[in-house]
Formats: sequence, C-alpha cells, structure tokens
Amino acid sequence: MRGATVKSIVGELLGRREGIAYGKGGSMHMFTKGFYGGNGIVGAQVPVGAGLAFAHQYLGKKNASVVLYGDGASNQGQVFEAFNMAKLWNLPVMFGCENNKYGMGTAANRSSALTDYYKRGQYIPGLKVNGMDVLAVKAAVKYARDYTTNGHGPLVLEYVTYRYGGHSMSDPGTTYRTREEIQRMRSTQDPIAGLKHKLLEWNVTTEEELKQIDKDARSDVDKEVAEAEQMAPPEPTPKNLFEDIYVRGSEPQFMRGRTPDENYYY
Amino acid sequence: MSRLLRPASRLVSSSAARPVNVRSAFQSFPRVPAIVQSRGYAKESGVKEYTVRDALNEALAEELELNPKVFVLGEEVAQYNGAYKVTKGLLDRFGDKRVIDSPITESGFAGLTVGAALAGLHPVCEFMTFNFAMQAIDQIINSAAKTHYMSGGIQPCNITFRGPNGFASGVAAQHSQDYSAWYGSIPGLKVVTPWSAEDAKGLLKAAIRDPNPVCVLENELLYGQTFPMSEAAQKDDFVLPFGKAKIERAGKDLTIVTLSRCVGQSLVAAENIKKKYGVECEVINLRSIKPLDVESIVKSVKKTHRLLCVESGFPAFGVGSEILALTMEYAFDYLDGPAQRITGAEVPTPYAQKLEEMSFPNEPLIEAYIAKMLRL
Repeated sequence: MRGATVKSIVGELLGRREGIAYGKGGSMHMFTKGFYGGNGIVGAQVPVGAGLAFAHQYLGKKNASVVLYGDGASNQGQVFEAFNMAKLWNLPVMFGCENNKYGMGTAANRSSALTDYYKRGQYIPGLKVNGMDVLAVKAAVKYARDYTTNGHGPLVLEYVTYRYGGHSMSDPGTTYRTREEIQRMRSTQDPIAGLKHKLLEWNVTTEEELKQIDKDARSDVDKEVAEAEQMAPPEPTPKNLFEDIYVRGSEPQFMRGRTPDENYYY
Repeated sequence: MSRLLRPASRLVSSSAARPVNVRSAFQSFPRVPAIVQSRGYAKESGVKEYTVRDALNEALAEELELNPKVFVLGEEVAQYNGAYKVTKGLLDRFGDKRVIDSPITESGFAGLTVGAALAGLHPVCEFMTFNFAMQAIDQIINSAAKTHYMSGGIQPCNITFRGPNGFASGVAAQHSQDYSAWYGSIPGLKVVTPWSAEDAKGLLKAAIRDPNPVCVLENELLYGQTFPMSEAAQKDDFVLPFGKAKIERAGKDLTIVTLSRCVGQSLVAAENIKKKYGVECEVINLRSIKPLDVESIVKSVKKTHRLLCVESGFPAFGVGSEILALTMEYAFDYLDGPAQRITGAEVPTPYAQKLEEMSFPNEPLIEAYIAKMLRL
C-alpha cells in the first residue's frame, strides 16, 4: 500500500537478499518511498518524524507526516521534545499514539501517570480515536491531515486499540493479562469483524462477496509468502557484508574485517 | 610475520592503483608545502590570516549560499550569533528559514534534523558543545549512522553534526570531554577533527557536501587562533578530502601522529626538540579520524622507525590506542622501539587550574616524552 510488496516484506523478515532492505534491516528497519521505517529505539522515531514534517514545510510541500508510537513510548522524554518543536514551528505532523493497553508486559496504568494519551500534547489539540473501528480511523486521519496541512500545526491522536498476540516472538502474552480478556476483546471489539458487520448491515456487500475477498486475500498472501520463502539469502561474501555502509562512491578506502586479512577494499 | 605484513602491502598498493575519490565535490587540491606553520609564517601573495572561527563561518556561509537544501539549526545559532560566534551574521544574511534557533533539547533537535535529512535536506546540526550531544548520541548513531546500511542502501542521511569537542579551560568535568573515540568507532559515520583554519574550512565544507552523516569535532580553544589561509583555500570550491592526513612538518627521526589542538602543541615541541638536540620529528595531522589515513602513518614509520601518538582524550580505548594497534598491525616490522602515546589523564577533568593542567598534554610534556623516547 505504501509502495512495497508483501513478498519484499516477508522476504526481509526471512533475511532474504530480495527483501525490502536486502536482508540488512529485518523486521524493525524497512524503508521505501515516503516510508521512513521503523526505528528500533522506542521513542526515537518521534523527533525523526517531526523532522520529516520540518522538511515538508521547508520545501513548501503540502504534505504531512504520520508519526506512530505506542503507549509505552509515550513516556520517553524525546516525545515531549518533538511535541514542543512541532508546536513551536507549526509543523504539519500527526503524532499518533497507538494505545494497545500494554507496553511489552506493563499495563498502561502501571507506566503512565496520565493514560489519556491524546491529552499528552498539552498545548497541542488531541483526538481520541476508536482504533478498533477502521472507518473511525480513516475519518480521523483525513480530518487531521486536512487540519495540519492547512497550517494549523500538529495534532496528537490516540488510537485506542488492542494487541491479541504477545509483544514479540518470545512473549506468549499471557503472564500479565488473562486469556479471558483477550477472548473478550476478540469477540466484541475486533476491527475486521466490526467492519464486516457494518458492511452487511448497510447492504454494501454480501456475505458471499466478503468470503471471496477473504479467500482471495489469503491466497494472494500465501502466494507471496511462498515466493518469499523461495528467495535466496544474501551470499555470505565480503561485498554483501560491507556494501552500503556509506553512500556508493563516497566510501572510505577500506573497512576493517575481523582481522586485517578480511579488510574490505571498495 | 609475513601474514601480518600482507595487509599493509595491500593497503599501499591498492591505494596507488585507485583514484582517490570519485565525487566531484572532493577535488584534490595542491598540498601546501609541508613547512612548519610557526608564528613567523612567510606571507606569500594572496595568503590571508584567518581565525578558525572565521574559517568555519565562511564555510557555512558559502555552503548556505551554494545549496538551498542546506540549513543550520542549533541552540543560539541565529539571534545570539552563535554561542561561540561561529554562526555570526548568518541569520542576517540568510534569514530565519535557513538559520534556526532551537530550544535546548538536544535529543529532540538532533532527531528532527536527522528526519529532515532523511527527507532530502542537508542539515547542519550544531551542538553548543559535544558534551551536550551525549543527550543526542542515540540519534546520531542509531538514527543517522546506521540507516543507510539498515535500509539496504536506499535511504541516505546527508547531515553534518558540528560543534566544539574536547577540553576547554576552567569548565570542569561535564564540559571537558573528547568524544573522538566515541564517534570514531561507529561504522556509517565519518568523523573529522580540524586543527588549522584551512582544515576547518575544507573539512566542514566537505562534511556538508558528503552524502553521509559526518561529525565535525571542532575545538573551542582553537576558535580564536589565527592561521594562514592560502589563496586556494579562500575560494568557495575549496574542500579537503576525508581520510587524508597532512604532514605538517617533515622529519626523519620520529613520527608524531596527532589531531586537533594537539597538532599545534606537537609542532612547538618538535621545533624545540630540533633546537635542543637537532632531531627532526615528522608531525602528521590526522584531519580525519574516520576514515583514518593508515597509509600515511605506515609510510612515515617506514622512514622514521618510531611512532608517538599525541591526543587529549581519555587513554583507555582511545584514538591513541587505535593508532598504536594499527601500527602494530601494519608497521610492526619497521619499528625500532615500541610505539608510544601521550593522552589525557584518566580522570574526570578537575576545575582547579593546576590540576587541570596535569590532565592534558602540553608542549613541555610532549617535548620531555620525545626526549625520553629517543634517549636524547
């Protein structure tokens, strides 16, 4: 949707040469046109995102930047530093806190003195959005984009949502919350089920059509995953290891390997 | 032993075969003859006296003039004219869109300028001193230096971080630290440490033009010092190549590898040693510590057979440690004695003047250590 293919994303997750970052970035570091990656350092992406907005303003473009962080990251000092500069300089940026109730295994109320994350901007207007409602999110982002690109400065949006799975591969996600809680969220709040329900209620589509879309999506993704699995990992060559540390043509004469014998000369 | 020497020969031969640099920005410029730049520098026609501050100011002004994507952002850079007056007059000349006062929020504005660089601008991010950049070192390393590699080469980050680094007098421990070794250890960053006015101008301009993140580690105590600036260096196309050291003084008896303010101190010590003992020291100004010009060091050691590194950082895991380790790896067989180093003392910088003096290299210390090393 942002210009990358499912195949290239899955390929990157699998550490393949044809992955979106050629197997160098992994799950946390993916970049494509207009998409400036994840940042593996919690909270560090927020001032960087404000900087993208700064560049838009500097270049006179009518673009806004969407900056996403979690309820856990919202307590980082540099988030507030970014808020301050964004408001001070009236930057076209939408700060978006995805409040999924837990920062890793710490519940929001155990980490944050104020869990109304949309109020965290103090002097920046905030919006609380039902992050489990696709249409609400779309409407909120559209509103925010129009607001901020028309010279009104930044906004803080809190998307209230939920995470069914664990924080990462190593987190079963059940030591700090009950299975019942997860089950309840899934059965009452699920955004896909919710959208489906509305589409049917409004007679936009039929159950059969939705099933077909579901099926098509599944087979599309399965196909791309299968292709990604077939991709080769990067050859373990010095060239592949040392390329792109610096912009091509501007590299130092050589980079050191584990021993001087392994030095790589550009 | 031959195994260890192989990389050294490869290093020297490969560089001979390979053009120095492909970017047109790094035009090679005729090197000024390696003479001692003592106070009595003979005035050639067209040579002007510049302070390091003026040289930096001129570099910034020229780059702002040449490229509309370049802007300067930092604390007190605009209305105050720069905490150390390096950015004096730039606000008046280029306006508040290009020269921007930031709040005191190092982590935040470093991150913001990195973001602007990712979006295609060429920010010059000034830290009032690099001591305060420790608040922002995560953004410099994790967001700036690593992004190009992590993105598989599709996302460059053309940014220059600059400001005074190293010890300044009478400001005690939190304001007197040398970060050369910290930044010099990071792949993805380039790091330069100018000494003279020509260094300052040529390296800062090259840093702004370089498509990678570059740290320009200046020195507060050098800002007011005056140096001759050649006619070529006064032009707006003057840039110095990274990874090329400069032989500031030729000699045959000892190689002194040094950087930043210690270059001047080493030159004075070398002159005194010559007067007293008739011994000729070769003084190499590293100019850039990442990339580091190992080749020039090896060539010099081949001639002198002895090496001394002079720097003012903490001794452990420092620039001196690296120079000595590289000398072991690439020039061991040419040495007649162990390579040595003079560094800052292993102590948080004290406030009281006499104690502070004991913490950093100075001319008499360098002189005495050379005499000891060479058994003069």
